[in-house]
Amino acid sequence: MRNRLKVLRAERDWTQAKLASELEVSRQTVNAIEKGKFDPSLPLAFKAARLFGLSIEEIFQDEETC
Amino acid sequence: MNNSNTRPTDWAAANKRNTVILGYWTAAWVGTMAVAAFGPRFIWDFATLPTILAVVVHLGIGLGMIMANGRYLQGLDELHKKIFLDAGSLTLGIGLVCGLSYELLENVNLISFEPEISHLVVLMCLTFLTGLILGHRKYQ
Repeated sequence: MRNRLKVLRAERDWTQAKLASELEVSRQTVNAIEKGKFDPSLPLAFKAARLFGLSIEEIFQDEETC
Repeated sequence: MNNSNTRPTDWAAANKRNTVILGYWTAAWVGTMAVAAFGPRFIWDFATLPTILAVVVHLGIGLGMIMANGRYLQGLDELHKKIFLDAGSLTLGIGLVCGLSYELLENVNLISFEPEISHLVVLMCLTFLTGLILGHRKYQ
């Protein structure tokens, strides 16, 4: 699964630690999601969507449909 | 969603607190094990009542440690839960397979000594530790 977390984070000039704190996960988890090594759960994806004021599809894309 | 009613800083603080509490319970468990193991021989000369008390206290502290471990696990984020689960499943598999094979070696006279449970515990601890390290490296 691809995602735009890194871009969205950069647009807000947030560090991984800042985003991790907002999402209530560790910085390692944010890093793994950004690199595509770990796919977040649906609740965490919803949380990220709420945080950025976007829909889940605007942040996360299924690679098979891209 | 988990922890949805907590502030971001609360999550990290709660995680740290759970880790410290688990550390205390583990230290207490090791301490009561030492008392139950060495007390009968070196302190109360195998008197029955203190020995039973020491074992019961050790079991009680062990149950507390298990519950503290559960709270610690529930407090982790989803990636760390996955790493913990992967390491745990690896440990269970290796512990079961190697433990039974080890016991079998003695049953079929391939080794001359009695298999010790402590050897299995050491193997499981090392396997779990290795699983955690590999998991953390995988998601770095």
